[in-house]
Amino acid sequence: MEYVIEMLGIRKEFPGIVANDNITLQLEKGEIHALLGENGAGKSTLMNVLFGLYQPEKGEIRVKGKSVKITNPNIANDLGIGMVHQHFMLVDPFTVTENIILGNEVTKGGKIDLKTAEKKVAEISEKYGLAVDPKAKIQDISVGMQQRVEILKTLYRGAEILIFDEPTAVLTPQEIHELIQIMKTLIKEGKSIILITHKLKEIMEVCDRVTVIRKGVGIGTVNVSETNPNELASLMVGREVTFKTEKIGANPKQDVLEINDLKVKDSRGLPAINGLNLTVKAGEIVGIAGVDGNGQTELIEAITGLRKTESGSIQLNGKEIRNFSPRKVTESGVSHIPQDRHKHGLVLDFPIGENMVLQTYYQKPFSKGGILNYKEIYKKAKGLIAEYDVRTPSEFTPARALSGGNQQKAIIGREVDRNPDLLIAAQPTRGLDVGAIEFIHKRLIEQRDNGKAVLLLSFELDEIMNVSDRIAVIYEGQIVAIVDPKETTEQELGLLMAGSTRKEAGE
Amino acid sequence: MSSRMKNIIVPVLAVLLGIIVGTIIMLVTGYDAGAAFIALWDGAFGDIYYTGETIRQITPYILAGLAVGFAFKTGLFNIGVEGQLLVGWLAAVWVGVAFELPKVIHLPLAVLAAAVAGALWAFIPGLLKAKFRVHEVIVTIMMNYVALHVVNHVIRTVLSNKSDRTADIYASASLRSPFLEGLTDYSRLHWGIIVALICVIIMWFILEKTSRGYELKAVGFNQHASEYAGMNVKSNIILSMVISGAFAGLAGAMEGLGTFGYQSISGGFTGVGFDGIAVALLGGNTPIGIVLAAILFGSLKVGALNMPLEAGVPNELVDIIIALIVFFVAASYMIRIFIDRIGKKGAK
Repeated sequence: MEYVIEMLGIRKEFPGIVANDNITLQLEKGEIHALLGENGAGKSTLMNVLFGLYQPEKGEIRVKGKSVKITNPNIANDLGIGMVHQHFMLVDPFTVTENIILGNEVTKGGKIDLKTAEKKVAEISEKYGLAVDPKAKIQDISVGMQQRVEILKTLYRGAEILIFDEPTAVLTPQEIHELIQIMKTLIKEGKSIILITHKLKEIMEVCDRVTVIRKGVGIGTVNVSETNPNELASLMVGREVTFKTEKIGANPKQDVLEINDLKVKDSRGLPAINGLNLTVKAGEIVGIAGVDGNGQTELIEAITGLRKTESGSIQLNGKEIRNFSPRKVTESGVSHIPQDRHKHGLVLDFPIGENMVLQTYYQKPFSKGGILNYKEIYKKAKGLIAEYDVRTPSEFTPARALSGGNQQKAIIGREVDRNPDLLIAAQPTRGLDVGAIEFIHKRLIEQRDNGKAVLLLSFELDEIMNVSDRIAVIYEGQIVAIVDPKETTEQELGLLMAGSTRKEAGE
Repeated sequence: MSSRMKNIIVPVLAVLLGIIVGTIIMLVTGYDAGAAFIALWDGAFGDIYYTGETIRQITPYILAGLAVGFAFKTGLFNIGVEGQLLVGWLAAVWVGVAFELPKVIHLPLAVLAAAVAGALWAFIPGLLKAKFRVHEVIVTIMMNYVALHVVNHVIRTVLSNKSDRTADIYASASLRSPFLEGLTDYSRLHWGIIVALICVIIMWFILEKTSRGYELKAVGFNQHASEYAGMNVKSNIILSMVISGAFAGLAGAMEGLGTFGYQSISGGFTGVGFDGIAVALLGGNTPIGIVLAAILFGSLKVGALNMPLEAGVPNELVDIIIALIVFFVAASYMIRIFIDRIGKKGAK
């Protein structure tokens, strides 16, 4: 068997930790090879070794059977290795072609020869079915298109081996489907692909083989045709993982959150919530299903006081909390796991310990007469870090230095620990791996079993179906249907989310 | 290397590089660099009188540095320290000349007036930033000019009869100290240095020990998360500017109640407020760093006066050296890369 790339027994150390240990990855010509691992397992480190950004302490890299030393990305480029980064490296006001030739400009008498470049870009784009307009500006094209520009960039530079770093994280389902087609075309044209991911569904769909790493150690390589998602998940996490979240039936009690005829405008002043009604009872999880942009964000901002509302009522335990300040809402007994943990959930430059008291720093025992008691703050933080398995070198480490999953666990620990009557969880598992998702789902259900009301917002239908006791479908700022997850199907939900009525969807 | 060590080494290297390049410039232009630096040192510390003058100069630098540093810690760039300093100076002198009171009341009142005036002057850009998102850099720069001319106008028409300066303040409002003057061979050293050092402790205390400081820093780092956490972002922005302005106003009081005892009409800025930006930058916006940076700037400023006399070097050259130091601090990224390289080689 011919291998285009072999990474044999790679070991990479950083001060204090071994990021990669004895990892072997062999890429066959013309295959899509998945690199699977949890957040922080060492996938990116391994790929940065291959791309010449890091030097391994041990191990050998062979390209087409020849041993090579890749000491910088230019050498990787020359060897035909191209990387499609998760965060695009594009200049927004430049055109597609200008971005592609950046750093590699073809000049004619001191002037950039854009025409020739454009022609070449168009040719490559056509050959691989990318359908990219070489003259379009980056700022005018969609995220999915921008990703194709990144792919084009590597192809333009003659890449034979393409590394995709979590390519689907930023894409819509439709765009994911198109990307998969593109990857298949690339393979047909003789390229080889390494796909970094923690999404098992994608691996099952497109990959030929998969190499699993866990906590920096190479676990092995398996053929996708001979495995299943359950096996992959347990290889990745190191124990059995259940996809179907275990839970006993809900035991709903009194109404905790009661929203009546709520009207809210979005940032542009257009109506986002149009007379919405919703009730969440103690001891149940209500999941909000809907296509992004139907008022989900505005609804949560309205409940938590981050956005002013026009009219209607929001009652918590029978008391009106509409248009309260965020602090008063919090003090009334609402916890909120925000959609965007970097923007809203954490002060990234603060130590993780200080982030644990973000809403309670002014209360006893953390503050007395306006003076902070750091001893109490860090004692609390230490307890939460242990209880919620937040992996961090210490409670004094800046929140920025933690992985996404651990940041999220910290937020969930903080929010749940306040012991709220209503817990709002907005996309609590976005971008997290199977192990962390399982952990978070368990915590949400635990809260429900403790008699709390939980409002879950998610764009992942699996999550909504698995975790919720009732599903409220939101469409154009209204709850258009309430369904029982045990009695509905993904198809029915999909139709309801697209605006069909219950009756139509049932037929 | 720990980041803390780096925070110390970077400014020290910046100062050294500034001195080295300054030396080269002196050599190229035909001056005796050795004699020049000896003259600089003598001018700042060679005599107890000079030492007194140096400490006097350090005083407003500390306060101006605190003003810039405090705002910066909370995510704001206060370029208006110069203007806040001028109105603080005016307010202090006004209280100082307007009436005679027992010293225990008069002096604190004059100092307080300066702080309040500076705070009010900074309140305006803070309010505009909080309510209408007007960038504080633009507003504070403009308000420097407004301050300069308003102060000149008040001195000419209200505090004097078309004269170029106000009357001297009453002794009961003065920071002057015959004791400190006697100790330093009759320099103009005054009690202001105590005020400045108290303010250093106040800044450290507010930012590191109080829940209000926690809020101010949180708002500075991430406004969205602060709002989510229930903090009032707008009032924190205003408060930060107000505290910063109060420090700046106090810097003015040091000049008005200590060094001069009056205020005169001026065609241009004092420069102390702008140097405060450099002091805060060099000091890494930390209270202790600001004190050290202020010592350096004060020494250079006072010592420079001796360079033309003793070594025949124009004191403009000292301004160039100061500018070079600030340049190397601003370019500290360069120095950090350099340290990282050396650190890596050393590890291997």
